[in-house]
Amino acid sequence: MMKLIRMLSRGIRDAFKSVFRNFSLSIASVSCISITLVVIAVSIIASWNINNFTDTIKKDVTIIAFIDSKATDLDLEQVDAQLRKIDNIESITLKTKQQEKEEMMKEDEVLKEILGDMDEDESPLKDSFLIKVTKLEDIKDTVAKIKKIDLVHTVNYGESMVEKMLSAFKVVRNITIIIVVALVLVNVFLIVNTIKLTIFSRKREISIMRLVGASNLSIKYPFVIEGMVIGMIGSIVPILITIYGYTYLYNSFDGEIFSSLIKLIDPQPFVFWVSLIILGIGMLVGMLGSGRAVRKYLKV
Amino acid sequence: MELISISNVNVRYKNGVNALHDISIKIKRGDFVFVIGGSGSGKSTFIKMLYREIKPSSGAIILGGLNVAKLRDSKVYKLRRKLGIVFQDYRLLPKLTVYENVAFALECIGAKKSEIRAKTLKAIELVGLKSKTRAYPDQLSGGEQQRVAIARAIVNNPKLLICDEPTGNLDPDMSMEIVKLLESINKTIGTTIIMATHDREIVDKMKKRVVVLKDGHLIQDYEKGKYYDEAD
Repeated sequence: MMKLIRMLSRGIRDAFKSVFRNFSLSIASVSCISITLVVIAVSIIASWNINNFTDTIKKDVTIIAFIDSKATDLDLEQVDAQLRKIDNIESITLKTKQQEKEEMMKEDEVLKEILGDMDEDESPLKDSFLIKVTKLEDIKDTVAKIKKIDLVHTVNYGESMVEKMLSAFKVVRNITIIIVVALVLVNVFLIVNTIKLTIFSRKREISIMRLVGASNLSIKYPFVIEGMVIGMIGSIVPILITIYGYTYLYNSFDGEIFSSLIKLIDPQPFVFWVSLIILGIGMLVGMLGSGRAVRKYLKV
Repeated sequence: MELISISNVNVRYKNGVNALHDISIKIKRGDFVFVIGGSGSGKSTFIKMLYREIKPSSGAIILGGLNVAKLRDSKVYKLRRKLGIVFQDYRLLPKLTVYENVAFALECIGAKKSEIRAKTLKAIELVGLKSKTRAYPDQLSGGEQQRVAIARAIVNNPKLLICDEPTGNLDPDMSMEIVKLLESINKTIGTTIIMATHDREIVDKMKKRVVVLKDGHLIQDYEKGKYYDEAD
């Protein structure tokens, strides 16, 4: 047990030592990791923002179910109960004729004149339920179910727009996922090769370690730690770019791009999550890279 | 008491070359053995086989209770901890000092810090390099570098010291010094030594056991031998 702890601490010490001892080669690996991590950071930020944007739009999609004018308060309660039985419904809000009327009067002076004089019975307005769904993909089924309820007059949710939007979102999301995954793979490949180069120059050291009776694990371990350290150092610049760059971008655009519809994600705590992911990818890729690279020299 | 028992070993390389044919030999604890033979005699293969750099195609090599011939790659370190190896080209790490190079062998196997210090200093003193503890390999002569390599090989008190042409890069005087050092290690600590060489003068002077290989066959085994030459 003591021996294990000794070996572990020696590995960590050696890892830091050799990062500095093989400085120029470490710089090569670090900059290789940095550059690819910057690209990964940018694509993570972009895809996260796109997802956020589509989510907010999805949340805005509302089904409006107009209720027959003859419906009494009791009927409304019944419809409400029936609506609640349908799954995929997130929230139901009742908007009575009265509320609708007040809203419209607030919006327009002319409407105010006309509606203000009207009696409750004469009103052309209808009571309605504003319904939000949990899964936008299933909205068609939900609408069909709502339509079947008695006293539901018409149902409206902007069919064609929602359909188009859904397919567009799917494409965008798939593309961003593919880009991020591809970049991570390219990163691993590049780093494995760079670290292979640095380890090639230490073939001698590895062969001597084997000759004096170091076990494969104890040879590999310092290199894996070293890869992790290199990954950590390599993620410093991308993390700084993420934190300061994104915050700067957010502030200079006032948090929205083109219109108030496309909102950027608030930098706090968003940038820290992205930084954490970048750090994680950097460390993991560094470890995997050097672990794979050193394996070749461990055969007798 | 035998330290090494080799029976009916054949080594056949992938390209079809038979490097060793049916070798059987026993080496006792505390022996000093020269392995000689010209180029292509199988001398190097024989040495490499002992520290399991090469795996024999058939036969058994029992070394200190381990069957070297059947040792898996991942378990080779168990064998290497029992022996020290010295090469013609020293194989020191250029960026480490003499002390660090010798201590490296102990660090690699996870020895205690106090133990590393004591054993390393003792080994350096034994090879007569106490004054050069902090020097780097490129500040040393060839003979001194080989002494560092020997210190590294014996620092863990191995039962067996394998030397693959340790004097190949040295002038005759220096070579003699190195062999004298090996002899004193053999006598004082009792380490068994197997040394491959083609240095006639050394073999003739030392009067030790001599094993002669030719074309992969063991053709002579003298108890107190002289350099063997076909012309003799």
